[in-house]
Amino acid sequence: MKVIASRANPSPSLWLPGLLLCSLLALIAVQSGLVPFPAAGATIERPETIIVPPRSFSSRLAGEFVRDRVPVDAPMATIERDRPIEIMKFQVGVFDYARCVADGACEAAAPRRKADGDVPVTGVNFNDAKDYARWLSAQTGETWRLPTVEEWAFAAGSRLVDHALGIETDSANPAERWIATYEREAALGAAASAKPEPRGAFGENELGVADLGGSVWEWTATCDGRTTLGIDGGVLTHIESCGVRILEGRHRAPMSAFIRDGRSGGCSVGTPPDNLGFRLVRERPWYAPLAELARRITG
Amino acid sequence: MENENKKLSRRALLAGVAFAGVVGTVIAATPVVAEEAEVTTGPAPDLSQLTHEKIELVAPPYVHAHEQATTAAPKVVEFTLMIEEKEMVIDDLGTTVQAMTYNGSVPGPLMVVHEGDYVELTLVNPASNMLQHNIDFHSATGALGGGGLTLVNPGEQVKLRFKATRAGVFVYHCAPGGPMIPWHVVSGMNGAIMVLPRDGLKDGKGNPLKYDHIFYIGEQDYYIPRDREGNFKSYESAGDGYEDMLAVMKTLTPTHVVFNGAAGALTGEHAMKAKVGETVLIVHSQANRDTRPHLIGGHGDYVWDTGKFRNPPQVDLETWFIAGGSAGAALYKFLEPGVYAYVNHNLIEAVELGATAHFTVEGTWDDDLMTQVQPPTPIE
Repeated sequence: MKVIASRANPSPSLWLPGLLLCSLLALIAVQSGLVPFPAAGATIERPETIIVPPRSFSSRLAGEFVRDRVPVDAPMATIERDRPIEIMKFQVGVFDYARCVADGACEAAAPRRKADGDVPVTGVNFNDAKDYARWLSAQTGETWRLPTVEEWAFAAGSRLVDHALGIETDSANPAERWIATYEREAALGAAASAKPEPRGAFGENELGVADLGGSVWEWTATCDGRTTLGIDGGVLTHIESCGVRILEGRHRAPMSAFIRDGRSGGCSVGTPPDNLGFRLVRERPWYAPLAELARRITG
Repeated sequence: MENENKKLSRRALLAGVAFAGVVGTVIAATPVVAEEAEVTTGPAPDLSQLTHEKIELVAPPYVHAHEQATTAAPKVVEFTLMIEEKEMVIDDLGTTVQAMTYNGSVPGPLMVVHEGDYVELTLVNPASNMLQHNIDFHSATGALGGGGLTLVNPGEQVKLRFKATRAGVFVYHCAPGGPMIPWHVVSGMNGAIMVLPRDGLKDGKGNPLKYDHIFYIGEQDYYIPRDREGNFKSYESAGDGYEDMLAVMKTLTPTHVVFNGAAGALTGEHAMKAKVGETVLIVHSQANRDTRPHLIGGHGDYVWDTGKFRNPPQVDLETWFIAGGSAGAALYKFLEPGVYAYVNHNLIEAVELGATAHFTVEGTWDDDLMTQVQPPTPIE
């Protein structure tokens, strides 16, 4: 891991010359249902998605960071993404998830807070989310997966919460950071409803992605880990810990992959996520640019 | 012989009140008569020369201002407890209990007097309530701790005076007779009183002990019925839930064990605060069930686990035991800054059932007491 601005997904450039020819073929293929975009003939309705167009954005790196023996805010990375992401507009809903359970492909959710109606599925762990992605992919003939922390930030836009404490902590006093973190999370927890609300209740961001930072936190594919930085900010060591995955939402929360209900108490003094859920991104197939062009041509 | 008589009369009174619980208020007059006979054997007190002081109680975990030691003559200290039956939310799921409270809080407020003072309590049961209530002070002598003299119907009030003859922290609770007793107690109707020695707390060797802050933590076990799907049920009134709650109570397995009335009531924005170098006195009561307080990362410097100040405190404790139906007190000076969890060290009760409180403590870190010699690094 490099703690510098990174350029994600270098853009392919060879397809440009053949674009016109291919777009015609793609148009024909899509219109005739030969390729699963949009999943023609699939057994379930394709989830509503948002295509987040390329842009440059900032996101803090995942995991814990220690510099000069002192815990510090994760470094902010500036990321230039030159490919779009296709992400579910809403978090996966209870009814969607129930179909996976009915098919025997997902374990039943164990929601801590029961709520009626078309609410996001809650009480799911990281493995449940992966099972659902596998099932949805099989159902649609597409590739669905959890977003990384970076992809989530990309789609979250202005709803991304900068979880940095932004305080200079006394290197000789670890308690300053503990208390600051505790008080910040307590304030966040007290500020909003903990109950799962019907999908869409927390509104959309400027990109059209709904319910970011609502009462349901979202699993990401990103592993927790610890990075030791030198005084100059360079990476000295990095240990990844994939038994713990990062949840995004009102605040970023590392959580053991098998946990369905984040709880606090005893000596774990942080504020846990209210409810655990997820949304997926669709892996863009090779012909996606063509299909998009075709769609634009056909209006 | 006097003890013998007391035992007999207590037994007689118990029978009387249990009977009263079944039949109604009229019979409750019986123990009053019995107790009055006993009281008249002592000299009638002349309180006309004593100072009367009226105290405004404050909601836990905070405690009304008081002197830690006093050179003044004994006083008559006047308190009022307003009984309030009301619905309370007891966890972050929104689970409710039709609570019975003294002054609207679970636990009721901590009262502080000095040994030799007279406690004069006005107990008010407003007409808006549905149930009969009373109060049994474990610090009082006679009449079932006052329970036999304080049974009030909705729309009534009563005034009780007792002499605080024993120094310590003591539970008070509602005890209106028979199955009503545990039901009222596990519905929140309990609190504590602290009777300080007139010359203050001592370390067991005669040296005075002082505190900068006092916190009162009442631990409450709740027994909330569930529906067939396992969800907690709510009820329109306490009476509606009585049968169901009694069935859960008989399992002796609480659904919630919480501090200050609700899970999370003393965490987050409600966490208690102190500074390094400050000494706190933590009074902990449990009116019904055993508990074992523990301050994670700290200790009990001086602990009266049975809560009675004429006994020398135990020192340097890690965890202390407070028997159900009693209160204990622990004195601790914070030596390191940080976020401390104060728990019932049955950790299942602490984490799963709610018995966790937090202190945030600011100050300078003491490297001598603890230091991270090597931060987490890849294994060599």
